[in-house]
Amino acid sequence: MPKLADYEPILGSQVIEELFLLAERLQGKTIQNINSTSVGGGVAEILNRMIPLLHELGVDARWDLIKGGEAFFNVTKRMHNALHGAEVDLSPSEIEIFLSTNQENAGMINWSGDIVFIHDPQPIALVEKRKEIGRNWVWRCHIDFSSPHPPVWEFLRGFIEQYDAAVFSAPAFARQLPIRQALISPSIDPLSEKNRELSQKEILSVFEKLKIDPEMPTLTQISRFDYLKDPFGVINAYKQVKRYIDCQLILAGGGAVDDPEGNLVYQQVLEKAGNDPNIHVLLLPPSSDLEINALQRGSTVILQKSLREGFGLTIAEALWKKKPVVASAVGGIPLQITHKYSGILTYTVDGTAFWLRQLLQSPEFAQKLGDNGYQHIHQNFLISRHIKDYLLLFISLYHPGEEVVYL
Amino acid sequence: MPTFHFNTRRNLLELTGLKARNIKELLEGLRSVPRSVIYYHTHHYLQQHQYLYPEPPNDFAYWVREVLGEKQLGEELFAIDLCQFPDLERLRDRIIALLEKYLEKNNLITVHPGAEFHFIRSISFVFPTLYQADNLAEFVQALKKVSIHSLYFHIFEATVRLGKNENDFSRWLRESLHEDGLADRITRLDPYTQTMEGLRNRICSLVEARIKDINNAQAR
Repeated sequence: MPKLADYEPILGSQVIEELFLLAERLQGKTIQNINSTSVGGGVAEILNRMIPLLHELGVDARWDLIKGGEAFFNVTKRMHNALHGAEVDLSPSEIEIFLSTNQENAGMINWSGDIVFIHDPQPIALVEKRKEIGRNWVWRCHIDFSSPHPPVWEFLRGFIEQYDAAVFSAPAFARQLPIRQALISPSIDPLSEKNRELSQKEILSVFEKLKIDPEMPTLTQISRFDYLKDPFGVINAYKQVKRYIDCQLILAGGGAVDDPEGNLVYQQVLEKAGNDPNIHVLLLPPSSDLEINALQRGSTVILQKSLREGFGLTIAEALWKKKPVVASAVGGIPLQITHKYSGILTYTVDGTAFWLRQLLQSPEFAQKLGDNGYQHIHQNFLISRHIKDYLLLFISLYHPGEEVVYL
Repeated sequence: MPTFHFNTRRNLLELTGLKARNIKELLEGLRSVPRSVIYYHTHHYLQQHQYLYPEPPNDFAYWVREVLGEKQLGEELFAIDLCQFPDLERLRDRIIALLEKYLEKNNLITVHPGAEFHFIRSISFVFPTLYQADNLAEFVQALKKVSIHSLYFHIFEATVRLGKNENDFSRWLRESLHEDGLADRITRLDPYTQTMEGLRNRICSLVEARIKDINNAQAR
C-alpha cells in the first residue's frame, strides 16, 4: 500500500502538510465507518484506500461491515433502484426484513466511534441506536438522489433526519432537510493498481490475455452489469458507429456482494451482443484492477452511458489516464466533464454514437479533451481532496453553526 | 517587529437544498441566502480551476450565460469587477440590481429539470501553517513554499470574508516593515484575473525586486 510520501510527486508536499495539520485536530476521536460490502463497488474501493492513509495521518479510522442474507440484499437492491427513480414500492415484509437486519446488526456492532459514518442506504437504520449511545452520526449517500421514488424517499427520510449531517456527491442530490448537507465528491487514488502508470508491455499483455486486438480502435465501458449503466444502449451506439468505422467494443465489469441483479444483466448483455466477434463482454473477478487499468489505457474512447449515476468514478479514472470520455449528463458526471472541454456529455444513444464517430475521426480533438480532463481530475478529484473534505466534515461536527472556523 | 505567520484556509461545501429554475427564482434565492453562499459562488473558481485561463468569473454569470442562454445578462454578471466589491452585501446588491433590471424588460425563461442553479454555502477553516517571516527575504522564501490556499486566504479571504481593508501581505509590509511602496504595488494587483500560481509569481517578483533595490542601495 502506498504511503503518503509516495503521493508527494503528484500532489506536492504542501497538500500533505495541510492534511497532517488538519488531522491533528481529530486527535483522540475515533471515526467508525460502516457499510455493507468490503469488495466490489466504489464505496469499498474508496474505504480500502482511504483508511490506511487516515491511519498514517494519525486519525483513528475504523471500518465495520453489516451482515445480511440474500433476502436483505434483494430488498436493498430494490431500494437502490427506487432511489434512482424506478417505481419500486417496498412491501411490509420487505420493510420488516430491512429493519430487522439493521436491528440485528446494531446489536452485534462494537460501537467504538465518536463519529459514526454510515455509507449508503443498506445500514441507514442503524441510526436508531443513537437514542441509546449518543455520538455524532453522519450519513454518506453515494448514489444518484436527484429523483428518488417518493414513497421510498419518505421511508428513508425518517432515518436521515436523525443524523447530524448527510453527505452527497453532487448539488442535484440535495433535498430540503432539517440537517446539514455537505457536498463531497468521491475520488480516485492515483497510485492504486487501477490508476497507476502502466508500461506499454503491461497493457499489451492484458489485451493479449483477454484476446482483444490492441490495434483496432476500441470503445470501452467499464461498469458493473446493471440496467442503470445502460449496457444495451452502449451496444446500440457501437452498432451505429460500426457502420462507418471498423472498431471494437469492450463492456467490462465485476459484480458486488450487495448487487444480486448483476448476473442476470450480464446474461442479457451477452445475448444482446450475439455473435459479433468485436464485442467483448467481460465479467471480471474483484481482483481485476490491473486489467481495468490496462483496458482503459489501451482504449481509444471511454464510454459511461449511465441512466443514473451517483458520481461515476470510472470517468475520473479514464480522464486521469488522459482518455477522451463520452458520458451521459446525469448525476455527478457533469461535475467531471465540461462538454466539449474536458469530455463529451450526451443524452441519447444517437448522440452518443455521433460523438463516438467524431472522436474516432478527430484524434487531436479527442486528445485535447483527455488532456483537459486530466488537469480537472488532478485539481479536484484525487484522494487527497477527498480526505481533506472528510477531515473538515468531522472537525465541523465540533463547531456547529460556525461559518468561519479558526483551528 | 511582529512576525508574519502564514495561515491557510480550506473550505467545506454545504448544500442549501435551494435551487433556481429561472431568473426570478435566482433573484429570490439571492435575496434570502446567507453571505457564505454569495461568497462561494463568486470566489470558488479562484481555487478550483487553476489551469483554466481565462477563468469563469462567477457561477451566477456562468449559469445565466451557458445554461439559461442569456448572453447579455451573463456578460454583465461576468464583468462585475469584484475588486470594487470587497463587501459581500454590496456585491449581493449589485447582482440583484442587474437581475431586477433584466426582469423589467424580459420574459422568463425556465430551464429543464436537471439544469437548475443550486445554491451552495462555503464554511472556511483557518489554521496556521509551519511558515513564518520576519523580513522580506524570509517572506519571499515562505511565499514560494506555502500552498495556493494560504495565498488565497491572505489575499481574498482576509478582505472579502473577514472584512479587512487590505490584504494581509500589504498590511504587514506597511505596518511592520514600513514598505509602503511594495505594499501599494501588491494591493494594486488585480487578483481576480490571474491564476493563483500567476499571482504568487507576481508577488514574489515584486518582493524580490524590492530586495534587490535595497541591496543595491546598501552597496552604493
